[in-house]
Amino acid sequence: MIPAAFEYKRPMSLEEAISHLAEHGYDARVLAGGQSLIPAMRYRLAQPSVLVDINKLPNLGYLHEENGMLRIGALVRDTDVEFNKNIQSKYHLISDVSMVVADPIVRFRGTVVGSLCHNDPSGDWAAAAIAARAQMVIQGKNGSRVESIDQFLVDSFATSIGEGEMAVEARFPTPNSLTSGAYEKIERKVGDYATAAAAVQIELNPDGTIKEAGIGITAVAHMALRVVEGENLLRGQKPTLELIRAAAEEVRKIADPNPDARGSAEYKKDMARVLVGRGLIKALRRLNVVVA
Amino acid sequence: MEITLKINGVEKKLNVEPRTLLAHAIRDAGLTGTHIGCDSSSCGVCTVVLDGKTAVKSCTMFAVMAEGHEITTIEGMAQGGKLHPLQQAFYDQHGLQCGYCTPGMIMAAHVLLQHNPNPTEEEIRFGLSGNLCRCTGYQNIVKAVQQAAQMLQQPAGAAADD
Ligand SMILES: Cc1cc2nc3c(=O)[nH]c(=O)nc-3n(C[C@H](O)[C@H](O)[C@H](O)COP(=O)(O)OP(=O)(O)OC[C@H]3O[C@@H](n4cnc5c(N)ncnc54)[C@H](O)[C@@H]3O)c2cc1C
Ligand code: FES
Ligand code: FES
Repeated sequence: MIPAAFEYKRPMSLEEAISHLAEHGYDARVLAGGQSLIPAMRYRLAQPSVLVDINKLPNLGYLHEENGMLRIGALVRDTDVEFNKNIQSKYHLISDVSMVVADPIVRFRGTVVGSLCHNDPSGDWAAAAIAARAQMVIQGKNGSRVESIDQFLVDSFATSIGEGEMAVEARFPTPNSLTSGAYEKIERKVGDYATAAAAVQIELNPDGTIKEAGIGITAVAHMALRVVEGENLLRGQKPTLELIRAAAEEVRKIADPNPDARGSAEYKKDMARVLVGRGLIKALRRLNVVVA
Repeated sequence: MEITLKINGVEKKLNVEPRTLLAHAIRDAGLTGTHIGCDSSSCGVCTVVLDGKTAVKSCTMFAVMAEGHEITTIEGMAQGGKLHPLQQAFYDQHGLQCGYCTPGMIMAAHVLLQHNPNPTEEEIRFGLSGNLCRCTGYQNIVKAVQQAAQMLQQPAGAAADD
């Protein structure tokens, strides 16, 4: 299938990209890795009249730590994250996700930031960004602003990016030695979107109680969601199997999946619960805490 | 619009529409070794190598995005009339049945071996999990990649009279 015709812009600077976006408003779309946008255009689910290809923009391929944050520029590909030794050793949740998004070939092109901007209801990065309390940096004509991931992810396929704006960076807080996480995904086959998936991150206090918890679920609602009540139950408590069960149970109160070829609504809902439990147990085990 | 890119080391000027997919542009340029299988970005038979080190699904990239880049297709693998070790290994191990997926498998394996010259069986299966073989001949595909990895690790010349 061939996409509908469009006007192609290949800006060589951020300013130029922003000015194309400002000029064409919502008729223009950013083209990053193209791994969601090009399939959508081929199915004619998307027919933007202008594409602003950001792949030649300088200085957006950075991936480094600064001031307690892992900064992921808009042109960082999933494989840059997947193959990064520092991320593998320190960012357990992010490393897990980077190995199960799409398939290995798609990951050479797809970007982390592009995935977050796409905000697919089954997106893997969105759940991870929620659990890890990520931030997004959005650039417009008059400068940039930083938003929490909860402000950024607005609705299915919708974000807080306005007309004439684009995202330039995602920021993930650097985990300390008492922080770990995990990503648990059920998929029918490699390269399929999740049947259900859960991202979790846990920070412990030195006394072994839970200081902070993050839980994001995806593919089981209109968009990736934060399991707020589950996080509240965990915070301040000593991790036990009973506590984990109770926190995971909170998933069932907010998950509202659509039945499809991947499973019934009830199955997906229950799998999301199970995956949150598994993720919490794995994250704790990575911190050498075995719950009983 | 006219774009300039390198395909298999040769500079080419191609006339394409912005919406022309790289897979179509390559095939229209006469290089029909790159196949198109699924139309949904899922099967990987259209895989080509971008700038030597990354594998891309050429059906999921616009040709205009390749401007100024270097593309390697299956036609660029054999050198001086001699099969590339991956091609030789697919031949030796019967790593193909109908052969439709083979160009994509070889290009994906080529990139895999650059990032991981000595992969385990599990790592090969993981690395090629974006490439589907409708004939399901995965067993021999994995063996072929293992053989190629060995051949590529031998010093140049040693493999020649094997
Ligand atoms: C076979 C296949 C399987 C897949 N499986 C999964 C999966 O299991 N899980 C998953 O999460 N994803 C999956 N994906 C999607 C893939 O991960 C995409 O790479 C990702 O969703 C989008 O990243 P991209 O850089 O390719 O963005 P693009 O496709 O270029 O863009 C996606 C959208 O985001 C916008 N956008 C991109 N970058 C910016 C920016 N910097 N600022 C503003 N807007 C921007 C675009 O305008 C577009 O609307 C799959 C894709 C394929 C082809
Ligand atoms: S034809 Fe490109 S992935 Fe199937
Ligand atoms: S050999 Fe027939 S599709 Fe793989």
